[in-house]
Amino acid sequence: MILFYLVSLLTITFSLLVIFTKNPIYSVLYLIATFFTFTIHYVLLNAQFLAVVNFIVYMGAIMVLFLFVLMLMNLNKETEPMKSNLIKIIAVIAGGSLLVTLIGSFKQLDALGISTINKPEIGLVENLGKVLFSDFLLPFEVSSILLLSAMVGAVLLAKKDKTDNG
Amino acid sequence: MELAFLIEKVAVVVILFVLTLTIAAYSTLAERKVAAFLQDRVGPDRAGPFGVFQPLADGGKMFFKEETTPNGANKWLFIAGPSLALLTSFLGSAVIPWGQPINFFGRIVPLQVTDINVGILYIFGVVSLGVYGIMIGGWASNNKYSLMGAVRGASQNISYEIAMGLSIIALLLVTNSLSFKVIAEQQHGINWNFWYQPLGFLIFLVCAFAETNRVPFDLPECETELIGGYNTEYSGFKMGAYMFAEYINMFVSSAVMATLYFGGYNYPGMDFVNQHLGTTWGPLVGVAVLLGKILAFIFFFMWVRWTVPRFRYDQLMNLGWKILIPLAIANIVITACVITFFDKF
Repeated sequence: MILFYLVSLLTITFSLLVIFTKNPIYSVLYLIATFFTFTIHYVLLNAQFLAVVNFIVYMGAIMVLFLFVLMLMNLNKETEPMKSNLIKIIAVIAGGSLLVTLIGSFKQLDALGISTINKPEIGLVENLGKVLFSDFLLPFEVSSILLLSAMVGAVLLAKKDKTDNG
Repeated sequence: MELAFLIEKVAVVVILFVLTLTIAAYSTLAERKVAAFLQDRVGPDRAGPFGVFQPLADGGKMFFKEETTPNGANKWLFIAGPSLALLTSFLGSAVIPWGQPINFFGRIVPLQVTDINVGILYIFGVVSLGVYGIMIGGWASNNKYSLMGAVRGASQNISYEIAMGLSIIALLLVTNSLSFKVIAEQQHGINWNFWYQPLGFLIFLVCAFAETNRVPFDLPECETELIGGYNTEYSGFKMGAYMFAEYINMFVSSAVMATLYFGGYNYPGMDFVNQHLGTTWGPLVGVAVLLGKILAFIFFFMWVRWTVPRFRYDQLMNLGWKILIPLAIANIVITACVITFFDKF
């Protein structure tokens, strides 16, 4: 339990640092640290497969691409675009409404009572695979087609037009 | 009981750590000796007999060299880069089974730091983290050549990870397990996975070369185009950390390949040897066999380095995306078909 609070504290600290640091590269690095603490949370919940996948996909692939793009853009303080006051006000309102919605939904969740599952081994690879390929086969296949179409779309967008020499 | 368990794990970790460092240090000497052998030279032979103290001399030199930090560099990240590279290179060895459980004064000690049931995915995750050291170091140097090296390293790692993952999937179809311990136990005697997955091994091997940034895929540090690549601005021990990380990566990936495809600590006639030497010395022979396989792989890494010229960047990308990935997918389909066929009849 102490471990849970310690990791949660780290998660919150790192995610706050993501927002408050000025340098975008530092932001991305703190985001990586945040994802790492998520991985620890998954391990504590005995969801080892989810933990490792989070580790590989988010920390190992997506954040590398984030860092990659940021390094190529070479953002400095001088080139940072200044945001107008109107945009800032809109952002505050939007963020505030999101907060209210989240608090509201959490209150509802609390009223329902937290359901506990008494199967500690449910997050292991074998059980997860069996469930995915039997009970949740249709959603699983639909999401894989969704990802495939996104991939084909990205390849088409990136492909150069051979007739045009621009 | 609890205390004994703790001592046992700490002992395994410390031995493994020292072993990794020693092998990495002597790999630097071996690399120069192998290069000399392939080029018909003598190689380093001044420090001690046959140059065996050369790694110590090199290490001392690294410590005493002046450390410079470029003016425009980001101070924290400039240090974080080599540290991360070294850290991530050590992580992989934790899940590799180094031998059968050994009887140590009446206590059965498993020769593995930890057996997590997603061991292969763990290795895969650690490999994908390895690129951060290169990227952060290259960016923090505030040098265009370093940045080019870092960007190349990142894109190369991401591209070859896909083919590597796909080749592992075909292996999983054969083994039915993600745990290194189970995979090593399955390959008893000479029942190695290589006989079932030769194409998968070839793909994995090529990807391992790319992930460790070794020749012919050492484009992040290609000196003819990029001065020194991501480590251009590094000197002294920070430079040494990068170099060391590369050799440790080589050691760990050799260990992974030996365990996944070449039977790990298994060898033909191991039952006979275990029967005659007992449960203390028998497993130790297995450890020696595994180390022998790893050293053979390290020699292969060096042999290739001094034989094959470097790829051009577009050739590297073509090989990764247009040859290795389709091959790996074909390998999965063939493996799945064969397994289904044999299960049915």
